[in-house]
Order: sequence, then structure tokens, then C-alpha cells
Amino acid sequence: MLLLIVWTQIPFVLTIYHSFRRFNLLNPERQGFVGFSNFSSLLTDPIFWTSIQNTLLLVGAVLLITVVIGLFLAVLFYQDFPGRALARTLVISPFFVMPVVTALIWKNMLMHPVYGLFAWVAENLGQRPVDWLATYPMQSIVLMVSWQWIPFAMLLILTGLQSLSKEQLEAAKIDGANAWQEFRYIIVPHLAQTLSVVVMLETIFLLTIFAEIYASTSGGPGLATTTLPYLIYLKAFGEYRIGVAASGAVFAVILANIVAMFVLRMIGRNLQGGRT
Amino acid sequence: MSQTRRIRWELTLLAYLAAAIMFFPIFWLFLTGFKSEGDAISIPPKLLFTPTLESIYEALTRSDYARHFLNSIISAVGSSALALALAIPAAYSMAFYPTKRTNGTLLWMISTKMMPPVGVIIPVYLIFRDLRWLDNIWALALMYTVMNLPVVVWTLYAYFREIPHEIMEAARVDGASTAQELTRVLLPVSGPAIASAALLSIILAWNEAFWSLNLTSAQASPLSVYVSSFKTAEGLFWAKMSAASMIAILPVMVMGWLAQRQLVRGLTFGAIK
Repeated sequence: MLLLIVWTQIPFVLTIYHSFRRFNLLNPERQGFVGFSNFSSLLTDPIFWTSIQNTLLLVGAVLLITVVIGLFLAVLFYQDFPGRALARTLVISPFFVMPVVTALIWKNMLMHPVYGLFAWVAENLGQRPVDWLATYPMQSIVLMVSWQWIPFAMLLILTGLQSLSKEQLEAAKIDGANAWQEFRYIIVPHLAQTLSVVVMLETIFLLTIFAEIYASTSGGPGLATTTLPYLIYLKAFGEYRIGVAASGAVFAVILANIVAMFVLRMIGRNLQGGRT
Repeated sequence: MSQTRRIRWELTLLAYLAAAIMFFPIFWLFLTGFKSEGDAISIPPKLLFTPTLESIYEALTRSDYARHFLNSIISAVGSSALALALAIPAAYSMAFYPTKRTNGTLLWMISTKMMPPVGVIIPVYLIFRDLRWLDNIWALALMYTVMNLPVVVWTLYAYFREIPHEIMEAARVDGASTAQELTRVLLPVSGPAIASAALLSIILAWNEAFWSLNLTSAQASPLSVYVSSFKTAEGLFWAKMSAASMIAILPVMVMGWLAQRQLVRGLTFGAIK
């Protein structure tokens, strides 16, 4: 009997989910039937295309940086050395910092044009201090977000590395492989699956980056750092144009779903494999 | 031999250097939290200063800090507890009594996690408004429960699946009911999994800022909203800002340190073990 209750709980939970998903699709119609006018007003708005461009730029740049540096760090931390646990703990710490706090640290204490640490360093090197967020807004956001996500990439890649068999590496060494060949022909192929998981999961999370932008540049200056999530937020809670915002949200979901499809297929394959 | 040893030594040094660089912004934040306002913005930046608890004291005694902190605890811990209560039976039945649809259900659960929050914020906001749930900490906790449920189910499921089924069968032969099986046999052996699922869920809810910024304002806002208020008005009170931020991130960072091993599985839904 209790099993039955347990079983009925799952559909119940799923129903909650489902209702959330459904509402999103229904919402544009809720404001009365306007057909596709929300979509067309959005699609003809140059801001929308700028935001899409910004989103893709942000995601692409952060992905590249985090995967490259994450891979490098993971290989570094794969070696055993005294104090490794402590050093690893320090490296992954940025991932646990509240995104809002990340934005504040970088914006105020590091990148501030007058009092920031970077400005001070620049001055000591005889350079003129740069107002990072005003001059290089997107680059600054990329830096911030990368700092936060490098640990994620590193942690995952490290876990992937640890499943590599030591025998294989030793065999390669006996066959006369040098460190680079070892890395290129054994470690990288072994990590192919891990890397694709990292890339896809990060893409999904990065597509929703919001707090960092909210707390640092608020999408500016101008539209320089307005990404799709931030634009939707502006439309909905700045202009109260729920319909337009919702149609923007539909695009955000489509964008995420394209990536999600690949992730799900991979996880599903894993699930099947683990069962046998 | 000595050459490889030297390379090894250099790599170690490089690792330490990387750790130092990555941790530096956090270190700097903590340092500033212990400064007075004057020291905090002095140029050149002071590495040596007389530490003071003044800023921390000031941040903590602001009448609303305690309330925001409490809100964070309610929403993070409350949502995690609720998510666990729902996830334990769900993961149990899926791990021990799988049916043809189990895999599909599991995948479907993650697929909801792949949905960007902006994709659903508008209907959720409207529903919350109609129910008068805006700026209600319990409603936010409910939101977080739904948000974290897939992660919690997956973390538990991955662990339950590795528990030998014989234990459960033995209990059943001894005449245990399903409830007894769950509470007397399964729960005692799955402490670590439950702990790591709870930690992960608390971390995610604690740091969350999208829902909290949009669904709460004055009364119910957790720390993430409060801290973000420093972005404008009080942005130049660095010591106070740092102190407030430090206390806001410290509990979760410690949890993250403790849970780092289990995190990978929970965050990747078992795609990487």
C-alpha cells in the first residue's frame, strides 16, 4: 500500500513541474490573443539581436577560457604533491561565492578606476588606470564569470582524469612517450566525454547568467552587456511588457533546449550503460 | 631522475601559484572585511593594518541583517528539507523498483533543470502575485524546492542504486513494511548521500539570486538581495560591504569545501563519476 503512495508521489511531483513548463507556453495568450505580434515586435527590435549576440559572445568566451584553464589546472592537480588538498580547496572556492558577491568584489575592489587594486597596480607600472567596466564591459564580465566557473570545469575534468588507469600511462611511458605525447594521445582522448559534458552543462548554466550582470553593469554601458536573460528581465520588470518578455523567454528556452538535447542524450546513454 | 624531480617541483609551485591567484579575490574580500573604512580605500592598498571588528560589528548589527540572514536560512534549509522529504521516497522507488519508465522519468526530471529560469519567471511571477506570495519567504523556499528537486533526486538515486538489494530483501523477509524498510534500513546506511544532497541543495539555494531578486523585496529578501543593494547606494563603504559579503558567503563556502567530493556527481547528474 505504502509503495502505491510512494509511486503516486512521483507523478504528483512531476505534475508540479509540468504545470510550470506549460504556463510558459500559454502565457503570451493570456494577455488576450495577439497572435505573433509580440514576437514580431521583438524580432524587429535591434536590442534583441544585440542581446543575442552578447549572450553568445559571453557564453563562447567563458567556455573557451574555463575549459582551457580548467584543463590545465586539472592536469596540474592530478599530480600528487604535499598540500594538494588545501590548494585544491582554495582553487575551487570561487565556485561557492554568491554571484552577487563576485560582482561586487570585482566591480568595486579590483576594477574600480580610482580605488581598485588593478588601478593601483597599473599606476605603479606607470600606466594610466583603466575604468574596466566602462571601457571593456564585456571583457570584464567574461573575466568575472570565468573566475567563477573555472573551478567547475576543473573539478569535473579532475574527476574524469582520476578514472584514467595508471597502467595505461605507464605503458605509454615504457613505450617512450614524453609528457606532451602522453597528454595529447592518452589524456585528451580519455577526457573527450568529460569535456563534452563540461561544455554542455556550462553552456546551459551560462545561458542563464543574470546576477553578475545585474550587480555589476546592469546591462550597460548602453547595451554592451545586456544579455538575453537580462533583456527579458528589463522588458518584464522594467517596462512591464509581459508579452514581449515572454516571447523573449521562449527564445531563451529554445536556445537552451538545443544544447539540452545533446546533454540529455549523453546522460541517457550513461544511464543505460550503468545499468547493465 | 633529478630532472623529473625538478619538473615535479616546478609543477607543484605552479599549482600553489594557481591556488593563490584563484583565491586572491576572496582573500582580499576577507581582508577588507577586517579593515576600517579608511584603511579599506587607502592608496596604496594596505596589506598590513590594524585589524578591527568594527565593520563586521556594524554590518551585523544593522537591524535588517539578521532578518536577511534568517531569510537565507529559511529558504535554503527549508527548501532542502522539503526537497529531501520528497526525493527520498522517489529515489528509493526508482532505485529499488525500477520500471520501464524509470529512466525516462529521471531524464525528464533533469530536462526541467535545463530550462532557463527566465523561461518561466513571467508565469511564476504572475502566479505568485495572484496568490499574494510575492515577498513571502516560504513561497521562495517552495520555489527553491522545485528548483533543486531534480538535483537531490539524482544524487540520492545514484547512491541508492549502489546499495546491494539483498539488504532490502532480507529486511522484507523479516517482515518489514515498506515504511520500515525505508526508515530502518535504507536511511541509516545512506547518511553520506543524504548529507551531500542536502549540502548541495543548500549551497544552490543560498547563492541563488535570480528568483530572490524578482520574487522578494523588503520583508522576505535573503542575503543575496541584501548584498546586491551595495551595488549602488552604499557601494563605497567597502569595509562594511566586505564584512557583509564575507558573512554571507562564509557558511556556504565551508559547506562547499566539505562536500567537494560529492559535488561532481550531483552537478553532472552522474554523467561524470
